[in-house]
Amino acid sequence: MISMTTLTLIFALPLLAAIVLAFVPRNLGFVMRAGAVGVTFVTMLLGILMFWQFNGAAVDANGYKFVSTIPWLGAESLGIACKFGVDGLNVGLVLMGAIVAFAAACCSFEIKTREKEFYILLLTMTGGILGAFMSTDLFFFYFFHELALVPTFIMIGVWGRGERKNFATFQITIYLSIGALLALIGLIALYLQLPVDARTFDIPTLTKYFTEHTIAHSAQMLIFPLLLLGFGILVSLWPFHSWAALGYGSAPSATAMLHAGVLKKFGLYGLIRIAIPFCPEVAQSHLQLIAWLALGNVLYVGWVAMKQKNLNLLIGNSSVAHMGMIFLGIASLNLIGVTGAVVIMIAHGFLAALTFGLSGYIYNQTGTLEMSELGGLAKKLRFIGVAFVMAAMAGCGLPGFLNFVGEATVFFGAWQVPALRTVTVLAVWGALIIGAVYMLRAVRAALHGPISDKWVNLSDANLWRKLPYAILIVSLLVFGFFPKLITEKIKPVTEQIVNMATVKPATPASSETVVMVESK
Amino acid sequence: MNLSLMSLEISVVVLGIVVLLADLWMPAERKRMLGYAAAAALGLLFVNTFVGQCSCNSDGTTAGGMFIQDAFSGFFKRFFLLAAALVLVLAVEFSDRIAAGVSEYYSLIIFALAGMLFAASANDFTMLFVSIELITITFYVLTIFTRGKVTSLEAGVKYLILGALSSAFMIYGIALVWGTTGKFNFNELAAVSSQFAENKLFLFGVLFILVGLGFKIAAFPFQMWTPDVYQGAPTPTAAFLAVGSKAAGFVLLLRFLFVAIPSVTAHWDKLLIIVSAITILYGNLCAIPQRNLKRLLGYSSIAHAGYLLLGVAALTGAGQAAVLYYLGGYLFTTLAAFAVIAIAMRHLDSEDIGGLAGLHQRSPLLAATLTIAMVSLAGIPPLAGFFGKFLLLKAVIEQGATNHGYYCLAFTALVGVVISLYYYFGVVRAIYFSKETPDAPPITMSLPAKLVIVICLAGMFYLGLFPSKMLNLASEATFALGLIAR
Repeated sequence: MISMTTLTLIFALPLLAAIVLAFVPRNLGFVMRAGAVGVTFVTMLLGILMFWQFNGAAVDANGYKFVSTIPWLGAESLGIACKFGVDGLNVGLVLMGAIVAFAAACCSFEIKTREKEFYILLLTMTGGILGAFMSTDLFFFYFFHELALVPTFIMIGVWGRGERKNFATFQITIYLSIGALLALIGLIALYLQLPVDARTFDIPTLTKYFTEHTIAHSAQMLIFPLLLLGFGILVSLWPFHSWAALGYGSAPSATAMLHAGVLKKFGLYGLIRIAIPFCPEVAQSHLQLIAWLALGNVLYVGWVAMKQKNLNLLIGNSSVAHMGMIFLGIASLNLIGVTGAVVIMIAHGFLAALTFGLSGYIYNQTGTLEMSELGGLAKKLRFIGVAFVMAAMAGCGLPGFLNFVGEATVFFGAWQVPALRTVTVLAVWGALIIGAVYMLRAVRAALHGPISDKWVNLSDANLWRKLPYAILIVSLLVFGFFPKLITEKIKPVTEQIVNMATVKPATPASSETVVMVESK
Repeated sequence: MNLSLMSLEISVVVLGIVVLLADLWMPAERKRMLGYAAAAALGLLFVNTFVGQCSCNSDGTTAGGMFIQDAFSGFFKRFFLLAAALVLVLAVEFSDRIAAGVSEYYSLIIFALAGMLFAASANDFTMLFVSIELITITFYVLTIFTRGKVTSLEAGVKYLILGALSSAFMIYGIALVWGTTGKFNFNELAAVSSQFAENKLFLFGVLFILVGLGFKIAAFPFQMWTPDVYQGAPTPTAAFLAVGSKAAGFVLLLRFLFVAIPSVTAHWDKLLIIVSAITILYGNLCAIPQRNLKRLLGYSSIAHAGYLLLGVAALTGAGQAAVLYYLGGYLFTTLAAFAVIAIAMRHLDSEDIGGLAGLHQRSPLLAATLTIAMVSLAGIPPLAGFFGKFLLLKAVIEQGATNHGYYCLAFTALVGVVISLYYYFGVVRAIYFSKETPDAPPITMSLPAKLVIVICLAGMFYLGLFPSKMLNLASEATFALGLIAR
C-alpha cells in the first residue's frame, strides 16, 4: 500500500503544491520559494526511495511495479483510466526527472519578479512531466505531457531572457504544439485499431493486443510516420530542431533544465514504448531514415554548435546534438543499442540540467553569455568553473560519467547492424571530435584566459547554490561508476520491446541482429 | 394533446410573464432582486430536472408529433436552463448600464430560453421555424438594448437584416421540401426522404434550410454577423448568443440531419467536411488581429462552430456525442469569459484587450478565471475544452478509413488549434504581463456573480478531469437520436 502511494505522490505532490500556492498571498515570495524547493525535495526523496525499492517490489502481470490507479479520473466508457506504474524503462527516467526538478527549483532563485506565478508553473510542469513518464495509460501519458508543455511556453515568454525572447516563445509554442498534436492524432489512430468493444488506452493491454494482432500495413503506414514526426519534433530530431537552441537560450534556467533535461525525453520514450513496438514492420523500414536523421543531429547540429558565439546557444545546440546518439541507439533496434539509448536519455537529463543550470548562474552574475565578453571566470567562480569543466567532460563522453556508458553502449549496439555501420562510424567521429571541440572551446572561452576587469566582483556559488550542481554531478558519477544500477533494470524491458519489434524479420539486417543479440 | 410533456416549457413561459407583471408593482430599487429571483427560479428548474419530476425526463411526442421529448431534447433542455440561469445573473450585473426596461431585459432572456426549449423538442418544420423565430426575434431586441450606443444599434440592425434573410431562406427551403414531399413531420419525412435523394428541388430545399441553421451556428459562409453582433451587443446578450443560440442551432441541425433526412445526410459528408474545415480556418485566422475582446470571442465562436461541425461531419453516434460534450464544456468556458468581461470591463467604453492590464492585481479571481477560460478554449488539459476536442478528433479519425477527407479535416482542426494558441495566449499575456498598474482599484463583485464564476470554473475542471458522467449523458442523448445508417 505504501509503495502504491509513493508513486502517485511523486507526481501528485507538485501538482497539489501548485494548487496550494495559488492561494498564498503574492507578497510572500519566501513561502513560494521554500514551498517549491521543499516539495521538489520530498519528490526527489520519494523518487530515490522508489528507485531503491524497485528491485524488491512486487511485479504485476504486465511487468509493472508500484502499479496504482486514481479511480475517479478517466472515462470508463472510452477505456481511459488514470493508471500508473514503472518498469525498467521508465524507473530511471522518473528518478532523473525528480532529481532534475529539485535542482531546477534550487536554481530558480534567480527569478525576482512574479514569483508566485513562476513557482506555480514550475510545480505544474514538474508534476506533469513525472505523471507523463509514469502513466501506463496512453491518454494520460499525453495529458500530463501537455500539462507540462504549456507552462514551458509561458515561462519562456514571461521570464525569458535575450532580445529574441518573443520570437523564441512563438517558435517553440508553434513547433511543439504541432508536434504534440500530430502525436495525438497518431495515438488516437492507434487506439482506433482495436475492435470497438475492446478499445482501451491502457498501454499493457495495447501491448498484449498488438503482440497478438499486428496492425494492418496500411494503418501502420499512417500511424508510424505520424508518431515519428510528432515525437521527433518534440525531441528536436534534425531537421525539426531549430526551435530548441534558441528556445533554451531564451528560457529561464529552471525551464531549460526541466524541458531539455526531462520533458524532451517524452518523445523518445513514446517512440521506444509505443511507436516502434506497435508498428514493427513500418518502423523497421524507417530505421535507416531515423539513423540518417540522427546523423544530421550529431554532425550538422554539432557543427552549428561549434560556430556559436553565445554560451547558452552552444549548450542548446549540443543538447540537440546529443539527441542524435539516442536516435542512433533506437535505430539499431537491438538489445544493446536501445538499452544504451535509454541510458543516454537519463544521462543527458542530468547533463542538460547541469549545463543549463551553470550557464544560468553565469548569466545572473555577468548579465551576458557572449563568449567574447566572458573569459577567465574560473578564477572568480571556482566551484562553478570546476562543475562546468566536469559537465564538459561528461558531454564529451569521458569514462566515469554516465554519458560514456550510454554512448559506448549505443555504438556497440549500432555497430552490430551492418546496414548502420557507415552512420555509426560518422556518428562516433562526430560525437567524439566535434563534441570535444565545442565543449572544450566553451570551457576555454568562458573559464580560462585573462579575466576582464568587469568581472572582478563576481562571487562564487554559496553552499546553498552549490547543492543542485553537486547533486547532478554526483548522480552522473554514481551511475557512471555503477551503470548496472540502471542497465540491469532497463534490459528486460528493452529485450521485450526489441522482440516485439523484430518478431517478424522484415529485413535481413534485423534478423541478423536478433541472432547476434541472442548469441551474446 | 399531452400538455404534461410541455410542462417545463409552460413554466418557463409563465415565469417570463410573471417577471413582466411583477415589474409593474416592483419599486425601482428592488428590480435587481427580480433578476436574481428569475435566475434562482431557473436554477431550481435545472436542479429539478435531475432530482425531481420533470417533463424532460419522460419520453413521448405530443401536439400531433410536432413536439418530441426524449433523452436528446432532455440533454439540451438542461443545457439551456443552466445557460439562461447563469446569463440572468450576468444581466443583473450588467443592469446598471441599461437605461430603461431592465425587467423586460430579464423576461426577454426567459422568452428566448422558451424558444430554445421548444427548439430542443422540435420534431417538425413548424416547430423548427417557430422556435427559431422566437429565439431570433427576442435576440433582435436583446442586441439593441443599450440603444444609447451606436455599436449596439449597428449590431442590432446587422443581426436583423441578416437574420431576416436567413429566415427567408429557411422558410423557402421548408416550402420546397414540403412541396416535393408533402411531409412536415421529421419522422414521416425520414420514411420518404430516400425516395427524393435525387430530386433537385428537394435537395435545394434541404440546402436552404441548412443555410438558415448555418446562420444560427455561425458556420462559414453565414458567419458575417457574428463579430459585429458580439462586439456591439450588451455582454449578457452576447454570452447568451454564443452559448444558447449556437446550441439551439446545433440541436436543430442534429435532429434535422440525422432524424429527418438521414439518407441525404449520409451522402453529404464532403459538404460537411468542407464547411467545417473552412469555418475552423476562417474563425481562427480572423481572430488573430483582433484587439477587442468581445470581437475576438466572436471570431473564436466561429472557430468553435467549426470544431463542433467536426462531430456532425463524422456522421456517427460518437461524433454527435462529442458535439454534445463539447457544447457542455463550451457553455462553462464561454460564460466564464463573458462574465469576466461583464464584471471587469464595466468602467471601459470598449472591451479592448489592453483594458485587461493589471487585472491580476485588481481581482486575482477574475484574472485566473479568464486565463483558465482561454486555456480551455485553446483545448489544453486538464480543462473541458481538451477533452471535448479529443472526442471530436477521435470521432473524425475513426471515420478516416471510410473517407480520407476526414484525415484532412483532422489536420485542419490541428492547424486551427495551433493558430488559436496565438490569440488565446495574447489575452493571457495582456492580463499578467502588461505593465504594472499599481494604483488600479480592486474590483468588487456581488455574491451571485461570484457564484457564477465559481460554477463556471468548477464546470471547466469537472468536464476536463471527470468526463464519465457527462459522457454517459451525451451518449444516452445521441442514442435517442438514433444512429444513421451508412
